[in-house]
This record gives sequence, structure tokens and C-alpha cells, in this order.
Amino acid sequence: MKRSPTENAASARKVTRRALFLGASQLAFMGVLGLRMRFLQVDQADQFRLLAEENRIKIQLLPPARGLIYDRNGTALAENEQTFKVVIRKQDAQELDKVLAELERLIGLTPAEQARVRDDLKNRKIGPSTPITIADRLTWEQFSAVAANGPALPGITPEVGLSRHYPLKGDFAHLVGYVGPVSDYALSQMEEVDPIYHIPDFQLGKSGVEHRMEDVLKGKAGILRVEQNVHGRIIREIDRQEGQPGANIQLTLDHKVQNFVQARLGGESAAAVVLDVETGDIIAAGSTPSFDPNLFVRGISVADYNALLENDHRPLPGKAVQGAYPPGSTFKLVTALAALEAGVVTPDETVRCLGHVEVGSRRFHCWKRAGHGNMNLAASLRHSCDVYYYEMAQRTGIENIAKMGRRLGLGESYDLPLSGISSGLMPDKQWKLANRGAEWVVGDSLNAAIGQGFVLTTPLQLAVMTARVATNREVVPRLVRSIDGMEQPVRGGGELGINENMLRSVRQGMFEVLNSNRGTAYASRIADETQHMAGKTGTSQVRNTVVNNKNVPWEERDHALFVSYAPYDAPRYAVSVVVEHGGGGSSVAAPIARDVMLFALHGAVPPLDAYPSSQRNTIRERFRTLPLVGKEDESTERSRA
Amino acid sequence: MSYLESTLKTIPTGISKVLYVNWALVLLLSAVASFGFLMLYSNAGGSFQPWAEPQMKRFAIGMVAMLMIAMVPIWFWRNIAGLAYIFTFILLVFVEFFGHVGMGAQRWIDLGFMKLQPSELMKIALVMLLAAYYDWLPLEKVSRPLWVAIPVALILLPTVLVLKQPDLGTSILLVAGGAIVMFAAGVSWIYFGVVIAMGVGLVSAVFASRGTGWQLLNDYQYRRIDTFLDPSADPLGAGYHITQAKIALGSGGWTGRGFMQGTQSRLNFLPEKHTDFIFTTLAEEFGFIGGFSLLALYAGIIIFCLISAMNNKDRFGSLVTIGIAATFFLFFAVNMSMVMGLMPVVGVPLPLVSYGGSAMLVLLAAFGILQSAHVHRPRGKR
Repeated sequence: MKRSPTENAASARKVTRRALFLGASQLAFMGVLGLRMRFLQVDQADQFRLLAEENRIKIQLLPPARGLIYDRNGTALAENEQTFKVVIRKQDAQELDKVLAELERLIGLTPAEQARVRDDLKNRKIGPSTPITIADRLTWEQFSAVAANGPALPGITPEVGLSRHYPLKGDFAHLVGYVGPVSDYALSQMEEVDPIYHIPDFQLGKSGVEHRMEDVLKGKAGILRVEQNVHGRIIREIDRQEGQPGANIQLTLDHKVQNFVQARLGGESAAAVVLDVETGDIIAAGSTPSFDPNLFVRGISVADYNALLENDHRPLPGKAVQGAYPPGSTFKLVTALAALEAGVVTPDETVRCLGHVEVGSRRFHCWKRAGHGNMNLAASLRHSCDVYYYEMAQRTGIENIAKMGRRLGLGESYDLPLSGISSGLMPDKQWKLANRGAEWVVGDSLNAAIGQGFVLTTPLQLAVMTARVATNREVVPRLVRSIDGMEQPVRGGGELGINENMLRSVRQGMFEVLNSNRGTAYASRIADETQHMAGKTGTSQVRNTVVNNKNVPWEERDHALFVSYAPYDAPRYAVSVVVEHGGGGSSVAAPIARDVMLFALHGAVPPLDAYPSSQRNTIRERFRTLPLVGKEDESTERSRA
Repeated sequence: MSYLESTLKTIPTGISKVLYVNWALVLLLSAVASFGFLMLYSNAGGSFQPWAEPQMKRFAIGMVAMLMIAMVPIWFWRNIAGLAYIFTFILLVFVEFFGHVGMGAQRWIDLGFMKLQPSELMKIALVMLLAAYYDWLPLEKVSRPLWVAIPVALILLPTVLVLKQPDLGTSILLVAGGAIVMFAAGVSWIYFGVVIAMGVGLVSAVFASRGTGWQLLNDYQYRRIDTFLDPSADPLGAGYHITQAKIALGSGGWTGRGFMQGTQSRLNFLPEKHTDFIFTTLAEEFGFIGGFSLLALYAGIIIFCLISAMNNKDRFGSLVTIGIAATFFLFFAVNMSMVMGLMPVVGVPLPLVSYGGSAMLVLLAAFGILQSAHVHRPRGKR
């Protein structure tokens, strides 16, 4: 437009002024930007650099190998076996439908498993690089099929993991125990959760040594630091710090003896303990029936579990330490020692047995209704005369008997890494008042004196009692021999302080139980003179009446018990046997104890000449049919090595 | 015959015009663009594909276009300003109904070789039209209400369309760019004071209306504002952009982590690291020194433009120079403010650095007009 020069000059001046103002404002704002930049980049640099590292670096835990468990001779009782599995990560699951269809064809992935994988992939809690197991425990053939078809299976990773395996299956189920998947419940029970348990497929000890020595066995997790991008995809490994495998544990058990015990107890609901009387080492602690702990490692099916629960022979508890039974006549050892020590009887003094005694208004019967006649100490043990001990109970009093019982290891639970150890029950006046709210009456003493009434013992306690009688030492059972090669101390072993002469007369009685032709367990004697066995039978009533065991239901029959040690002259092992509802201690429990004892002494199936000649044919037949691990075991050992 | 035309004799002609181009400005623009190439190369993990190479090609084309535009006399551009505005406005209306919708907001026309966003063109067309308007308007009328209402309407018409797209960032740039030209033309302070007061009122209204039936902004726009006010409230959701950008900036420190060493951008923690948030890569890898250098280059461009404007006795020339410089300034000021958490995220690229075709071409074309004003400025009576 036409403008006059003055107008033009005015315009230019105004524009210049405004331009200067604008320029100043713009530069000022840029100054603000610069200051802000300085603030963020320089003043707060440390804080933000840390945040950037957190963004970038992800820490993963590497599972350590679980410590192995061996028997006293180095045979593996719990080992780690390689498992083959296929996993997928969210970040790789683009062609899921195709992959699952292909896996269905290759390894028979079921629709239910496919649905589970789909659910896991939708689970928002699972990170993009967390492996999701599609199929576990593949056979080598399946695994190779997956590996070979890699190109047709985008996103699938075949992985090799470790899983617990119990090669001897049921033999050590109650002792070694088993591991299982880490449950939310198990985590909630821990005071401080080791992050190791958040590793996928990590296994946690659930029972037995596996459970009680979890801290020793689990090891320390390794740490893997990886750099990841925003999608969680791992770009590279920054560094790797290998974990520390768990400590190996050697137990005092002998897998051959244990195997023999399990086989010999057979289908009975029974338990037997073999104890080294010198060291207290538990050589074997069998409990039947048993179960395959490997079932639990994989997560046992409801059907299998219910079958175990509903079995009236109760396969799940380890009866050797969890089962508490009235000890029956085996308890007479305690009563006899208590009476001798109290000085209320001498070994030669006789008590006349008429088949019953009357105390107050009650009549207490001897198991032999006709009576035994005059009984001294040895005879009372040999014949297991009840009336003699009724008399002793009245003379000695429950307090002295209970004291002797505790000295011999009854009524206490030992510090062993096993599940559910029962302390049994060694009752006295105070106990009854506190727990039953009633005064102790003399009848209670009479019942207790013959191992009935309130007295309860576990097979392990019976073995300890026998070992202490045999040695006059405070034998304490031991299960863990060494941890990672470090020998564990033998505890106890101090003098028990019972008069040796008194003990000798009790042992003499125990010897006669087996080796006198009138002893209750004469049929179960050991013929080999260098290995003579001493013992005591027991038949404890389940119901409060004397029953004829053949004509009553199984669960109402008497428990059969036997305690023994051998060789008589130089004791090495104590053996206790309890057969639930087995009938008589002499007929059922004693033969088992003899076989077990001989096997322990020989370290193998005993030679027939250790048995009385008349019995050798039946014995040979019995051993022939026993399902022992034997030779087959040696060959598997070699292949494992 | 205008003053400009009367002094034609002193204006360079022919091929010699090239010598009168503001080469310092060209150098500054190239330097800024080079920052962009470097960062795009780094963001692609050390590769010219997929971003750096196309960006370089487009910059080359843009520079040629700029110089060609600069050779055309400035009065030609003044004379077609009205036409350009009308044409662009029609395009805006057209895309409103027929355009492609990409990235949730931008509406563009596919020209085959490039995608054209009419809203980009409008920033320049509006500046040109307003400059032409004030060149035409007698000075004494500049502050009269009627003559103020006309440019306000010219600004608001396209702004409403762009806001509907919805593209908040471009709307802000249109309003602010237009307002700056009006201010430079000498419109009274009072108007600006009133508008600012009304703006404050509007902001209050925006917040007051939230959640009611007559809510003024979209929900996502409200969320962006929320996120801006407190990014830590939702670090993985809406606040993610700002939080990660701040981490990238902060972790750069004084000197940065080194070229191609930025973990935030290399590991894709940074959102839109090659477009709107490219500054974060620069700040992470070259630190405060790198970021400040870019800011200094931008400041240099603004200073050169304003000096050119103040030396230009032609009213259209100086106004269009101020307007284009202001638009450029608004681009990077808004972008950097947003990246550094001084402003809500509004989707404005970093000029000449962010990856993107039409924005860069339009900007360089605008600088062509600016150069034309510089080349063809009246030299006065020497």
C-alpha cells in the first residue's frame, strides 16, 4: 500500500520496538529452558541415573542344585535328576495357536494343558521373560522331537531342569521324606521368605529330612543380571554369579538293612527300628506300608492321595517315630529295673503267681489264667508273668517306675530331623492330675507296670530303651552322620549309672526269653552262639479285654511287640518291632526281629545256619519270596555312577 | 507504487541474489538439522535406516526449495498470501471430511510422495496473511476494535478446525503465532492484557467444566493435564512419557553417556524417541552440554531472524519474518517445555530435528519466504 515516508518510519520504529520486546521475551524463555535443563541434568543427575539403571537391569535368580542325601555307605537316597521340559515366554508367544497345535501332535499336549498355558499367558502378574512351563517331565524322545522341530515351533524353548528323585522309592519315604512345589500356603508359613522360593518350579522340602533340613539342603541362589528393554526382552547378560549348591547329607541309615526291614515287614501295618547300641546311629527305621515319595514331587493326584489317606494301614505316617503304642510286656524291663533299684526285691526273691491278684475291689489277671507258680526275676521275664509285676508295681510305686522309664529314654522326643516325632507318654501322678483331673490310683500303677494303661512308646523309644539296658549307657539316637563331609557329633553315651549287677539279672532274663526252652520267644532264638540274642516279647491290648486274636476284626486285635539286642556277650544292635494288630509278640514280632537282627549283623541276607536247624526250610522259603533290592540294585548303582 | 517497489533499483537481481541470502541462517539451520541426523542415526541403533537417511534426503530437498523460494520477490508472496490462506483453509475443511486419520490425531492428505498436513501449511499461511493484512492496514486503524476483530477471526477460523482434529499442539501454535504477528504489528497492549485475563478465565472454566455435560476438552486432554501436574501418580500409564523422558534427561548429566550409549533410548524406554521426544535422546547421550548447544543454535536462529526483521524497512517483510521466527520459536519452546516437564504433552515436534516429512518441508519453505524478505528488503537510501 501507499504510505508516506513518515508513516513508514513510524511503522518501522514500532515494529523494531515490538521485535526487541519479543526477542527479549523469547530469549528469556530460552533461558528458563536452559535453567530447567541444568536442574534436571546436573542437579538431579544422580537420582535419575539410578532410575535409568533400575529400568535397564533385571535380576534373575538361578536355582542352586539341592543337596544330595546318602545312606551311611554312600548310596544315594535322594538325588537330582535332569528333567526335560518345554517353556514359552510371553515375549515370544506370537504364534501361540500354531505352536500349541504342533505340540499336541508331537508330544500329545492335552486341551486342558493348552488352556492352562493360555491362562498363564494372560496372567498379568507373569513378566514377559518369565518362562511358562508348557509341558514337564518329557521323555528323551519327546524332548528330542520338540528340539528337532524347533523351526516349526517359534517361541518355544526346550529346557533342562533339575528335579528331585528318590531311587529307592518307598523304602525311605518316611525318613528322607519328599519335596514338592512351593505353595502359597508354605510361603505364608515362613517368617522370612528366601527369594529362592519364587524361582519357578523350585522345590521345597515337605516332610522328613527334606523338610527338617531344608535350610541345609536348599543351597544359595545364583544371581544373573541381565539388561532388558521396555518389553522385558532380554538383550544381554551383564554378569552371572553362580549359586551355591545345597550341602550333601549323609545319614546313619543303611539302605540294605532298611530295604530288608521294609520287605520283611511286608504288608503288615508295622514298624521296626535298628539301632547301633554304641553310637545310637539309626541303621534302619522301617514303617509299612509305605508310598512312593516320587509321586509327591510331581504333585500327587487326588485319586492317589485319597487312596493313601483311606488305607486303614495308614501308609503316610512314619510309624517308627510317629506311632505311639502301649509297650505291653516289653515295659517289664523298666518295672524290673525300677524295683531292683528301689531295693524292694532281689533277683532271686520269688512271687507266687496264682493267675490273678486282687487289689482293692478289682481283680487283675495274669495272661496265663492258671498262674505261673513261684516266679523269680529271670523267670518272670522268661514267662512274662504279669502277677510278678503287679506285685512290683505295688512295692515300687509309679514315681520310681516313671523315673526309670525316662532314664531309659521313654516319654521324650529325640532331636532328630524327622517329621512328627512323638514323645510317647511316661505317666506319673502329676501327669494324671494335670491331664485327667483325677488322682493316681494303685490300679493305674498295676496297668503301667505291664505296659498297658496310659503308657505309650514309639518303636524308636523301645529300641533306645533296649540299647540302654544292653549297654548301661545313655544312648541317644542319631540320624545325620555328616553334612558336606563334616562328621556330626555322637551325643549322649554317658554312664546311665544303673547297678551293673541288677542290669545283669535283667539281661539274663532277656536271654532266657529266647534261649531257654521255656522262654516266650524260644522259637525265635538265634542258633549261632556268637550271635545269641536277648529280648522281650510284648502283646499290648487294644481293647480292655483279653481276646482271641483269630476271631476278632483286624483293628481290634492286639499289637505285637518285640525288643531285642545282640550279640548277647558284646551287644552291637538293638532292634524293636511293633506290628499293629499283629497278635502275639512272640509269634509275630519276634521272628521279624530275629531276621532283621541277623541281616544287620551280617550286612546281607543271613546264612541259614544262624537259625535252628528245624526252621531252616521255612526260613529259606521266606527269604526266597522277599522282594529285596539285591543284585538288581547293584546294577542300577553302576549305571547311575 | 509502494515504497518497496519504488526502491527496486537497490534490490539485487538475477543470479547475484544468491549472494544476498542470509547464509549464516542457512548454516545455523543445517547445524540444527545435523543434530537431528545424529540422533536419528543413534536411535536406530547406529543405522541410517529407517530414519536418518530419509530425513537427510528431505532436508536436502527442503534446502533447495528454500533457496528457490528465496529467489522469488517478496511481494509475490505478499500478493498470494490471501490465496494461500483460502487454499489451505479449504484443504483443512477437506481433510476434516476426507483425510486419513493417523496417530489418533493428525489428519493428512496423501500426495503419493509425501503426506501433507494442511495444519502445518496453515501456520505459515496465517502468518503471511496477517503480515499482508497489517501491511495493507493504515497504521492509525491498527488498534481499532473492528480492525482487531478481523485478524482474530482469521486466526480462530482454522484454529477451530485444527482443534477439532483434535490437535491441541498445532492449535496453540496457530493462536500464539498469530498473536505474535498482531503484537509486532503494533496492536495495543490492552487487547493482549484482556486476552490473557480471559485465558486465565478460560483455564478456570476448562477445569470447572470437567466431568460436566459441557466439558470443554476431551478426556484424554484432561488426562494429559493431570499427568503433567503429577507424572508420578501413574508412572506406567499416562505419566509414562514424562517420567521416562525425565529419567533420560537426568541420567545424561553434564556430558551425557556418549553417542549411542543412552540406555533409555536404546532399550526403547523412551516413547516416540524419534519424533516428539527426540530431545531426550540428545540429552541422554550428549548431556547438558549437548542439549544446551542445541538451545543455543535455536537462539542464534531467532536472533538472526529478528535482526533481519528489524533491518527490514518493508512492513510485510519484517512482520512475516517475525511471524515465522515466532512460529519456529513456539515449535521448539513448546516441545522442550513438554519434554522437560514444564508443559503438558501436546504433540509438537522439535523443529528440524524430529523425524517427519511435512513439518520439516513446510518449515524450510517458510524460511524460504523469510530469506526472500531478507534478500528483497529495501536497502534504503545509501
